[in-house]
Amino acid sequence: MIALENVTKRYDGVTVVDNVSLTLGGEGVTALIGPNGAGKSTLFGLVGRLLKPDAGRVTVGGLDISTTPSADLAKTLAVLRQDNHLTARLTVHDLVEFGRFPHSRGRLTMEDREHIERAIDYLELDAYRNRFLDELSGGQRQRAFIAMVLAQDTKYVLLDEPLNNLDLRHMTEIMRLVRRMADELGKRVVTVLHDINFAATWSDRIVAMRDGAVVADASSREIMRPEVLKAVYDTTVDVREIDGKPIALYYG
Amino acid sequence: MTALDRPLTSTPSLARPSRRTWVGVLVGVLLAVLGLTSLFVGVSDVSPVSVLTGGADSDAAFLLVTSRIPRTVAIVLVGASLGIAGLIMQMLVRNKFVEPGTTGVSEFATLGMLVTMVFLPGLAVVGKMGVAAAFGLFGTWVFLRVVRVVPVRQLVLVPLVGIMLGGVVGAVTTFFAYRLDLLQSLGQWSQGSFATIMAGRYEFLWIAGLMVVVAWIAADRFSVIGLGEEFATNLGLNYQRVVAVGMVIIAVITAAVLVTAGMIPFLGLVVPNVVSLIIGDNVRRAIPWVAGIGAVFVLACDLLARTVRMPYEIPLSVIVGVVGAALFLWLLLRGRSRAH
Repeated sequence: MIALENVTKRYDGVTVVDNVSLTLGGEGVTALIGPNGAGKSTLFGLVGRLLKPDAGRVTVGGLDISTTPSADLAKTLAVLRQDNHLTARLTVHDLVEFGRFPHSRGRLTMEDREHIERAIDYLELDAYRNRFLDELSGGQRQRAFIAMVLAQDTKYVLLDEPLNNLDLRHMTEIMRLVRRMADELGKRVVTVLHDINFAATWSDRIVAMRDGAVVADASSREIMRPEVLKAVYDTTVDVREIDGKPIALYYG
Repeated sequence: MTALDRPLTSTPSLARPSRRTWVGVLVGVLLAVLGLTSLFVGVSDVSPVSVLTGGADSDAAFLLVTSRIPRTVAIVLVGASLGIAGLIMQMLVRNKFVEPGTTGVSEFATLGMLVTMVFLPGLAVVGKMGVAAAFGLFGTWVFLRVVRVVPVRQLVLVPLVGIMLGGVVGAVTTFFAYRLDLLQSLGQWSQGSFATIMAGRYEFLWIAGLMVVVAWIAADRFSVIGLGEEFATNLGLNYQRVVAVGMVIIAVITAAVLVTAGMIPFLGLVVPNVVSLIIGDNVRRAIPWVAGIGAVFVLACDLLARTVRMPYEIPLSVIVGVVGAALFLWLLLRGRSRAH
């Protein structure tokens, strides 16, 4: 499990994550939602040891992230941030290979190669493996990054806004993949999502943040209610049932 | 996956490996041919025939051993190591347009040389190189600190800041050199040339060669660093430590080349960029290419420098500057057409 205990993070005196205690990483997919500036990405940064908390403790699978060697954590937890702009010209295969780095430290064994092949297969990237990332479409590139995370072979996978800059078809494609990773491979996925309908459709649990605090934490169906969404986003959201699924209408 | 998923604009990846092999063979052949040519081109007549007929005590054999072989080895080491210094720097900064010469590192190292001339004139060459390397290291550190403020995506702004930094440090160096009447000695380093390379005067370049080996051993770490701090941390890498190793590699190569051959512009910039176009930026794969093409580039330029105005030599940095600047312009203009 990923456990945050009374975690606080401030930037120049502004509290971005305010005394949050939260357990993530249960079976299936957990979506983290909330308005801009709610502290979702900062929370990911804290769990992914990219940021140091000003107070509190974070553990991943029982390992305290402030004392466990980074190399060991990299075998338990994989974090994919939202800004994946790479200046280096790498092929899909190169990128996926680097996902094995925590295990191989640069020297690939047969087992590493198997993981790489499986990840490339799983994301259906075989035809593109020798392509450079800058030659791919946004959807293909995002799949390559997810293949890298998959090759890292961690129990916990954190995806920060994986649907950013994708069109409708690729958004659905990525969410379907995330779902399969959780169901077939047993990955514990936590993902920041902006579109609450995607969150409701594809995740088992939704954690809603606002002003650096967790304001709601329940199953998708319980979150998808006008009064809850109003409290999270501070705007009126209508929720209708369509084919037995709650769908939020927030287009005006 | 349906056929619709394939973008129509890209070339089939099949073409790439064959082109790669072809270029690889070409680089290897050029290296051998130019290397051999370099042994036998010069004012004095040294040819395979004169060496063989003259025997081990002849003037030709003496010249070959004390001058031509050292010169050729020095050229190969300088070309290879400067390319690697550029490659590593581009990985650390995540910018294609940096190298020791566009980041103030060379200028800091030159300032270090001036300091040894003024305060420690009797220092052995290895000591001078050490001081220059320390200044170069400091210069790398200053540049990395300054660049942190500049947004990474401002591609051209990063080297621009570096060039300005180098300009300021260079001006300080020139000022003191002028006041202390040392401008002439300074010119010796600011203009790269292999004309004075002889046995006993180039061996420090093996230290630069050693740095290439270090870079090769840590190649995967530099590739991961090139993905950025967040990726590197996620993959369990100690980002700061790898950056520190990279800084040492850059500083030592810059200093070793500076004390033996002098400043050689553009090489660390152009060669890794050309290699990046051919095979990409996976450092492990790129290192032999960068080293090979770097060596070929300097060999060719030095042969030109030796032959254009025979029996006189043009400073190598002039030739490298002209050819390198043209290549750099081409890369810049080409880069603009690529979508990012």
